[in-house]
Amino acid sequence: MKLGNSSKLGLLLLMAPLLIWLFALILLPHVDMFFLSIREKVAPRVYQTSMANYMEFFNEPLYWNTFARTAVMSILTTAITLLIAFPISYYIAKMLKGRMKAFLFVLCLLPFWVSELVRTFGWMILLRETGIVSSTLQWMGVVDGPIEFLYTDATILVGLVYSSMLFMVVPLVSTLESLDDSYIEAGYDLGGNGFTVLREVVIPHAMPGIVSGCIVVFMLSLGNYLTPVLLGGKDSLWFTEQIYAQFITRFNWEQGAAFGFLLLILSSLIVWAGLKLSRQTLSETMG
Amino acid sequence: MISSIPQSRTFRGIYAAYVSLFFIYLVVPLVVVAVFAFNDSLFPSLPWKGFTLDWFFNDTEPRLGVFHDRGILKGVGVSLFVAFWVTVLSLFVGTCNAFLFERNSFPFKNVLYVMALLPLVIPGIILGISILVFSNSLVNGVEDLLGWELEFLRPGLVLVILGQFSFITTISTLVISARLRKFDLSLEEAALNLGASKMTAVWTITIPYLKPALVGAGIVAFLMSFENFNTTLMLVASDSPLTITMFDRLREGSTPALNAISLLLMIVSAILAFISILVQREKGVK
Repeated sequence: MKLGNSSKLGLLLLMAPLLIWLFALILLPHVDMFFLSIREKVAPRVYQTSMANYMEFFNEPLYWNTFARTAVMSILTTAITLLIAFPISYYIAKMLKGRMKAFLFVLCLLPFWVSELVRTFGWMILLRETGIVSSTLQWMGVVDGPIEFLYTDATILVGLVYSSMLFMVVPLVSTLESLDDSYIEAGYDLGGNGFTVLREVVIPHAMPGIVSGCIVVFMLSLGNYLTPVLLGGKDSLWFTEQIYAQFITRFNWEQGAAFGFLLLILSSLIVWAGLKLSRQTLSETMG
Repeated sequence: MISSIPQSRTFRGIYAAYVSLFFIYLVVPLVVVAVFAFNDSLFPSLPWKGFTLDWFFNDTEPRLGVFHDRGILKGVGVSLFVAFWVTVLSLFVGTCNAFLFERNSFPFKNVLYVMALLPLVIPGIILGISILVFSNSLVNGVEDLLGWELEFLRPGLVLVILGQFSFITTISTLVISARLRKFDLSLEEAALNLGASKMTAVWTITIPYLKPALVGAGIVAFLMSFENFNTTLMLVASDSPLTITMFDRLREGSTPALNAISLLLMIVSAILAFISILVQREKGVK
């Protein structure tokens, strides 16, 4: 199509908000952050380009331990969320019909509408030393004194899995719904049992949903700040806390920018690998 | 249920029990927060000391109710202000983007589309710091070169709004595009044939058609902004939105007033969720 001058102008006007948004708020800030991260302060107000901030990350065990720990915990969160959510999604997609199905699906979305802060607060009330779980256990006579359930790795996982559930259930339910019942029946007719049908028919079909759910859950856990800080306490050692500390507490922006970049690289690698594995593109997954 | 497939009773029973347990797990933290808003005690924990509405309405320390708690009320005000601007901006830009991507072809269209999706896969805290770094360079650069003080680009509400806008716009773009894709162009052509200008046709035919998507995207944008924490944390100055205020209180240890405000938030979220489901359903009928 050949554009006249006036429609060219119109197109430019329509494009202006997009370009301003993407360049001023996404692209340039990240480029700027990259240049900050490769800058080293050698004297007051004197800087030179170097990889010192990245070297610092590899030389200081605390930093890369925290980084690795955050990654491992996020992988655990993703795996647990998938294991819990898969049977639930299958139940909603394949075992229920009509009203009940719609109702349970909406119920799954419910916690998403409530602020993450409120959800985490709920877990704090349940799990702290004077909390409901501890009090109930004492009342039942299972334990003698109060127990502190907060500030352990397991608590962080409970909180993260809880917050992530929705992002796994929604893609799983929608892919499982698109699986025709007759395929499952055919699997049984050909002599398969529950397990083989699950492995050969259901899971391969649900793979795109599994992958997009896992990508989102992993990314959100990696970038989470609230849950590790509130449920994990001082020793939660989450990488986002390091970034916050460098920026706000120590005012070492160069170091913080380097940390931010490392986290961004890890998160992008995982997204990229997930998309490659499932042979999907970002546009398909989102649209 | 697929009736032709044999499943033992025990299996079905265990499966149903598992699903019920899952939903209890889902609901319990929220119920606990709500119930303890009414506990007549200084701490949101057991023992239960009786029912009270003090945590909503009482006006004196130490049992200050939320409706008299200046810190909380101010936080709500700041959050509303931020959420309003984020919603307006992201709906405007989202609508422009939807028309741009659905109706036009131009160079680098695919590259720009992928770029527009990226904010959703960048962790919120990194969006926050990158905008913090860039605005700081900008302010210092302009000051050195021209001697102007761009005070509004220092950490504060303008940056909070821009930070939240930067990723919420992706969502509004996706929601509005999805609806625009289904629009029957012949309707607009009919209006043009009847003598309307392009602007009038879009304004009177297409925009009303997009209304369910606009309302839906607006509600999601408003809630995501109101509840955002990560990006806001890095960009905030002295005026704290509600989530930041609540976070500080939570760390200090809190009275059930925090449960009261949480319960109010849940109610408002539930109402908004309900509206958006209604709007979606209307969309489904068409």
